[in-house]
Amino acid sequence: MGDAEIIPIGTRGRPGRGAGKQPSSAARGLAPTKKAPAKKAPAKKPAAGTGQGGPGQGGPGQGGTGSGGTGADATAEPTGSQQSTTDEPSSAEEQQTPPAAREGAPTRDAQASSDEQGTRAGEAEESSPLSASSAATDAPLASPLSTRERNPLRSIPTSAWLSAFQEAAMEVFGDSWEPRLAEFLAFLRRRITGDYVVDEYGFDAEVTQRFFMAALRPIAQQWFRIEVRGAENIPADGGALVVSNHSGTVPVDGLMTMVSIHDHTGRHLRALGADLVFQLPVISSLARKGGATLACNEDAERMLRGGELVGVWPEGFKGIGKPFSQRYKLQRFGRGGFVSAALRTGVPIVPLAVVGAEEIYPLVGNIPALARLIGVPYIPVTPLFPLLGPLGLIPLPSKWLLEFGEPIRTDEYDDGAADDPMLVFDVTDQVRETIQQTLYSLLMQRSSVFG
Amino acid sequence: MAGGSKVVLVTGVSRDLGRRCASAIAEHPSVGRVIGVDVVPPRGDVGDVSFVRADIRNPVIAKVIAKEDVDTVVHMSVIATPGSVGGRNTMKELNVIGTMQLLAACQKAPRVTDLIVKSTTTVYGASNRDPAMFTEDMEPRRAPRAGYAKDVAEIEGYVRGLARRRSDCRVTMLRCANVIGPHVISPITSYFRLPVLPTVLGFDARLQFLHEADLMAVLQHAVDDGPAGTFNIAGDGVLMLSQAVRRLQRPSVPMPGFAVGSLGSALRSARVADFSPEQQDFLTYGRGVDTTQMRETLGFTPRYTTAEAFADFAAGLAPTGGRTERALAAVAERLPSTHTLDDAGRPALQGPRAVPDLVGSSAPRRSRGDSHG
Repeated sequence: MGDAEIIPIGTRGRPGRGAGKQPSSAARGLAPTKKAPAKKAPAKKPAAGTGQGGPGQGGPGQGGTGSGGTGADATAEPTGSQQSTTDEPSSAEEQQTPPAAREGAPTRDAQASSDEQGTRAGEAEESSPLSASSAATDAPLASPLSTRERNPLRSIPTSAWLSAFQEAAMEVFGDSWEPRLAEFLAFLRRRITGDYVVDEYGFDAEVTQRFFMAALRPIAQQWFRIEVRGAENIPADGGALVVSNHSGTVPVDGLMTMVSIHDHTGRHLRALGADLVFQLPVISSLARKGGATLACNEDAERMLRGGELVGVWPEGFKGIGKPFSQRYKLQRFGRGGFVSAALRTGVPIVPLAVVGAEEIYPLVGNIPALARLIGVPYIPVTPLFPLLGPLGLIPLPSKWLLEFGEPIRTDEYDDGAADDPMLVFDVTDQVRETIQQTLYSLLMQRSSVFG
Repeated sequence: MAGGSKVVLVTGVSRDLGRRCASAIAEHPSVGRVIGVDVVPPRGDVGDVSFVRADIRNPVIAKVIAKEDVDTVVHMSVIATPGSVGGRNTMKELNVIGTMQLLAACQKAPRVTDLIVKSTTTVYGASNRDPAMFTEDMEPRRAPRAGYAKDVAEIEGYVRGLARRRSDCRVTMLRCANVIGPHVISPITSYFRLPVLPTVLGFDARLQFLHEADLMAVLQHAVDDGPAGTFNIAGDGVLMLSQAVRRLQRPSVPMPGFAVGSLGSALRSARVADFSPEQQDFLTYGRGVDTTQMRETLGFTPRYTTAEAFADFAAGLAPTGGRTERALAAVAERLPSTHTLDDAGRPALQGPRAVPDLVGSSAPRRSRGDSHG
């Protein structure tokens, strides 16, 4: 706004701002342009472009006349241009833009002819700006306009709105847009009115399927290029317990396992999470919505009895928080609570080996003091994390292999098996050894980390 | 008052819910006479209930029981908020000392054969270590240190003691989920009656409700004939807090936990809503109780699900928000072609985008919404 200081106040009788070389935007807005009818044809996007040009042009003109306050052009036009300025963002696809907004843009592009015209028109027709502009644009409004009627929202017929809307819907939803859009609208209304059901664990199947899975799927398929083997080992129905190794500093492997299982079997993996998960804000509500529940015997048995596919990571924080040097070495499998839950409910245990998750955030250090202060199990230091700031939070794009092993049957043991600690430890070791061996064989098959 | 033979003593009839439960019990065919006991007389119509002014904190209650030949005692005077009686000390005295006196009187009275105590699921607490569904044999993960939950835990301890000492007496403890209904005034209903609901940022509690009609029905059922023991009583299903707020069509303000705490104490001192620490935990972590025992052992099935009970409660409240919903409804109405195709075109939908219809259980709610709009 540096040059605003050298512009003399007033316009010395000329239309618009008093520099005298160029007509003001208000005057240009009055000028009849031959391009005008051609400008009307394109529907949505070009109109949006002109809408962008309008406010920029209208602004200074309005300011000049406002300060100058000379005769005719100060009457209706500034108000009109201001209205278009304020209304434009809300109605980008309007087709009959008010003259000031529409003709601002072509003048800026194609200079000479319209400049000439603009000056002439501005001088000749400053007494009747409104009739000139309406004649030039062939506007359907025959009677003299008032500023009130120039509200762009009002001058657009509903049919124009509808056709623009239809085109936009076609763009977004494709050919069968009508049922799709109706379905989407119904979905939105259902969400907003709370008209959906969650199960007793707080699992929201609809939002999980539509959003969580949709958001995670590209990460699984494009970023980690997950390859799933042995998906046929997952039972198609009935309760089953998927036991997996845990790695990667941040439990991304759990999310990826959920997506992969859903994409290969259509079943939702109900994860068992540590109590820290349900203590953290946002994460806790997302976890419940995504179908997770607390890793305790009561919930595990309840879910397995209910015929759910339950996922458990018995290494817990020891697994994801182990240093990079110990990668692919399984940690202790806790007390084997998952085995006793499976024994009590008689469901098969499906061992799962995940290769690739260890490399996404190579954990090279820890800040135990800070971790204790915050109350989390560890604060990871990776080659990139504190160094690159938030950029370090992007996981490295390692190639992942998921192999589901043969299900281990637990329904052959007799009733008291779950209370026999020796048997529980035996089965736990069996599961652990299976996963460890699968990990080693997958590592042998893998050509490179990022391959 | 049908021609039954039972003489029932109901405590805590001065409060609205207790009074209506007493009259509901009086209507049951197996009940001959109902005596309502409280410190202050009930304000509304008590029907066939004969009111006796007596303080259960005081041994006089034993005389009432002996004189009236009471054989069934329904203890309903465990209060959740100190607001109505004065202060926390009074509340504690009323809850714990009152129960002790009442139980002592019951133990002394050989004619008392049935004791029904209305307890609450608050006794399970609410924390991040909770299992998804509490069964009756589970303990709270964190023992309550103060407040209502601690009172209830102590009361339950005394009731269990009586059940041990009087093995001839049928002791039924009903752990009811939050009672809700158009007429109920309780901490949870006054919370939902706030025009703008404060919620805890980043948490979404699972809630279960019991409709007031079901509370009366289960009390009648327990008075009539039912097994001894402890039972969780709640409507079917679970409602998330966010879902409940949306169904109410009221705006909510998520704020961090500590801010909710201080806002809660401000609201409490303004007597707008009671926002005790237990309730804040409840609205943060939620709680679910397993009702298998209620169905199979007690043989009671609630008439309202959690969602239906909440819808009945919400029907009496004017929505203060819901602008987005109205806007969407307007869009849907403006597109007649789309809307007709919705009905006609839905069966034609194929592929993974066709989601299963999940709205079945809440049909009454939707029709109500339409009639409003």
